[in-house]
Amino acid sequence: MESFDIIIIGGGPAGLAAAVAAKEEGCNSILIIERDKELGGILNQCIHNGFGLHTFREELTGPEYAERYIERVKELNIEYKLNTMVIDINSKKQVTAMNKTEGHFTIQAKAIVLAMGCRERARGALGIPGYRPAGIYSAGTAQRLVNIEGLMPGKEVVILGSGDIGLIMARRMTLEGATVKLVAELMPYSGGLKRNIVQCLDDYQIPLRLSQGTEEYFSCDTLLLSVGLIPENELSQGLGINIEKITSGPIVNDQLETSEEGIFACGNVLHVHDLVDFVSEEASLAGRNAARYVIVSAEMRESLAKINLIELISGKGVRYTVPKYINPIKMDEVVTVRFRVDKVYREGSIRVTFDNNEVWKRRKKIMAPGEMEEVKIKRQDVMSESKLQNITIEIIE
Amino acid sequence: MYDVIVIGAGVIGCSIARELSRYQIKIAVLEKCSDICEGTSKANSGIVHAGYDAKAGSIKSKLNVEGNRMMESLSKDLDIPFHRNGSLVLSFREEEREILEDLLQNGLKNKVPDIRIIKKEEVQHLEPNISEDVVAALYAPTGGIICPFTLNIALAENACTNGVEFFLETEVVNIEKQQRNRSSNYQIQTSNGRFDSRIVINAAGVYADNIHNMVSENKIKIIARKGEYCLFDKNLGSYIKHTLFQTPGKFGKGILVTPTVHGNLMIGPTATDVENKELTTTTQSAMEEIIAKAERSVKHIPKRQIITSFSGLRAHTEGNDFIIGEVVDAPGFIDVAGIESPGLSCTPAIGKFVAELVTDIDIIPLVKKIDFISTRKGIPHIIELPKEERDKLIKETPAYGNVVCRCETITEGEIIDAIQRPIGAKTLDGIKRRTRSGSGRCQAGFCTPKIMEILARELQINLEDISKSSGESNLIIGKNKEIGWMNK
Repeated sequence: MESFDIIIIGGGPAGLAAAVAAKEEGCNSILIIERDKELGGILNQCIHNGFGLHTFREELTGPEYAERYIERVKELNIEYKLNTMVIDINSKKQVTAMNKTEGHFTIQAKAIVLAMGCRERARGALGIPGYRPAGIYSAGTAQRLVNIEGLMPGKEVVILGSGDIGLIMARRMTLEGATVKLVAELMPYSGGLKRNIVQCLDDYQIPLRLSQGTEEYFSCDTLLLSVGLIPENELSQGLGINIEKITSGPIVNDQLETSEEGIFACGNVLHVHDLVDFVSEEASLAGRNAARYVIVSAEMRESLAKINLIELISGKGVRYTVPKYINPIKMDEVVTVRFRVDKVYREGSIRVTFDNNEVWKRRKKIMAPGEMEEVKIKRQDVMSESKLQNITIEIIE
Repeated sequence: MYDVIVIGAGVIGCSIARELSRYQIKIAVLEKCSDICEGTSKANSGIVHAGYDAKAGSIKSKLNVEGNRMMESLSKDLDIPFHRNGSLVLSFREEEREILEDLLQNGLKNKVPDIRIIKKEEVQHLEPNISEDVVAALYAPTGGIICPFTLNIALAENACTNGVEFFLETEVVNIEKQQRNRSSNYQIQTSNGRFDSRIVINAAGVYADNIHNMVSENKIKIIARKGEYCLFDKNLGSYIKHTLFQTPGKFGKGILVTPTVHGNLMIGPTATDVENKELTTTTQSAMEEIIAKAERSVKHIPKRQIITSFSGLRAHTEGNDFIIGEVVDAPGFIDVAGIESPGLSCTPAIGKFVAELVTDIDIIPLVKKIDFISTRKGIPHIIELPKEERDKLIKETPAYGNVVCRCETITEGEIIDAIQRPIGAKTLDGIKRRTRSGSGRCQAGFCTPKIMEILARELQINLEDISKSSGESNLIIGKNKEIGWMNK
């Protein structure tokens, strides 16, 4: 059986960044498996700008951002397979995949990085009643049709849900000549980034209606749904790893390692991000740790595994945290903990408590579920508390 | 001049056409939609009933038990999935035991094999996720589940292979009876020209009354009875194993909870009579109703795992039995009407029964073909094939290695096969019903653009001409910027 040190499932932004970081960390045997005909994942259809401000300090389009990583992957001679669908991953770290040229095959890995991304929530999951006509698309499907195929689904559009892809598509459809009549959101706040509401709706006078409990009739030939993203963890389930109910992604420690040793997760398969820059950052960490895992001896691994982990507790106002655990011995100098709040907070504060001692507090003008928040946990702080068990992150109104 | 024309390419029409294709006669099937399996046949429970329910002595009861028995070999001949998972009629109160006993007696009269009443403990043993409230159940091991789409499609393909001509997008608008002595014939005006036939078989589903009333003074009425369903993710396929019915009684006819033959979980249907025979809408209230009622049967319905909901229309008649037979004032015109539950289960038996009727009527001589092909090979589902077969197929046709629908693991090769076979798919829904691509948890979000591309390439048509299903259901209206120009 063919084998690699690290197999990365998915060649989107997360998979690419993980591969580059793993190689730079010294691992030479890496394979990326991508189901589409090119690397880059969903970025290839995100032709708008706004990518890379954090990573490259310049504003790029999706394909440009992807290209930077794809070039790096090629420079580093990292192997990848395109048009290849992973069918199964088993607990022995054997990956079974299928493509046109090799048929159905199984390869062995020492470590695996899960980077499969997410899918869009469909109409059926929302239970929207009525007929099942043509013209109802998830926003991402419409984005692919318009941006990759150059095809227009319709000319009178209503968008349900205010996720970022829906907001981006409101602008896109308008620029292509369609009339976007309305973006309707069930919740009292938008699911997307503030900047997208300004740049994609306000600038084009597209109305956004938040929850009103009223009924009104709109005629349209196209309904786009932007009602949430779901990490695609069906493959992970074959591995029996623990899944966090809120995120639908794997539960990970600060190494971004799942409950199964040597299986790492990053990007939208772990939790849904707003910005690709943070996906890349997170995936680099997963790639680096996968490489370290492969390089470090088994005895060392075993001794590190015995360390008592510190649990991160989602306190009041915090829906979840990634990671969920920190290993105080292995942890980096700084661990970034990402989370989302449960509602809109104006002039609220984020508080971090070590067991019962408040160690950090910061006031924020506004916090919203549509914008991911983060706090940094420093190794020196953790080390200075002996027998630290829990770190609580909460929002103070 | 045709010997036999069947109106309607649903599962019943196609079963009859296939059965008659055993004989040396000229047969056509007329269908108003652009594909087969577009009406009641595409939206039902997919259950092959054991046969205890239909009142002893009715046509339904006879055909149900026989249809159930025939389904096993038919599914093998046609290479379609069929599974005898057994069914349970649950009773939740001691008072309902009597109803179970009545059903048992009725089933015994109908000669349903191996039925018996089992106690709570045995029910719990069979189904660990069953509701605590269950007190007993009628157990019918011969109950089964089938894919209603591929049953219909396979019957049509096999009929086509045996010489039956299919005319799609051919809506019957009028029928004239031309009678000369005993030899009558019918002139059928359609949206697609005139067809003449000696025998006409009316298998028009909810529209069978319209068709019947074109030739007969004894009018019939078909009531469209809507049933709504919820379908769950395959994650829940093993939640239960048997088809769970509820004792009919205080709570009405009850809601069934069943695994599908493809491993989803399904609940439904409601029963509401509607005027509009195209009213296949789902409603909020029905969804709530079926979930609440399903929770009487099983412990917990994981609503978050619903992937879609749909509704279908049953062809209900006031007489509550099938109407199968030659119309008194229209010799050679045979009604196969009011085929509601357990119609799907009766499919093979109805085909056989109607072929016998055609023999009895004796308008046309029926001579058996020597070259009738009784079997049909289905579209191979690559992922389920043994490794050697799969590798061989991919080597011969690399498209079988290219996964297009990720949720159901359907390859490009399977989709091309669906397009190229007899009466091949021309629409997105046509592909879905033949291959299952698009019927998984993402509900066609990822595969739609890819399938559109394959359809356009294989059918050599423009992307703009690809539709979701029959009628005006085009998926796109043109290329980028074009509509901007159109508007201005």
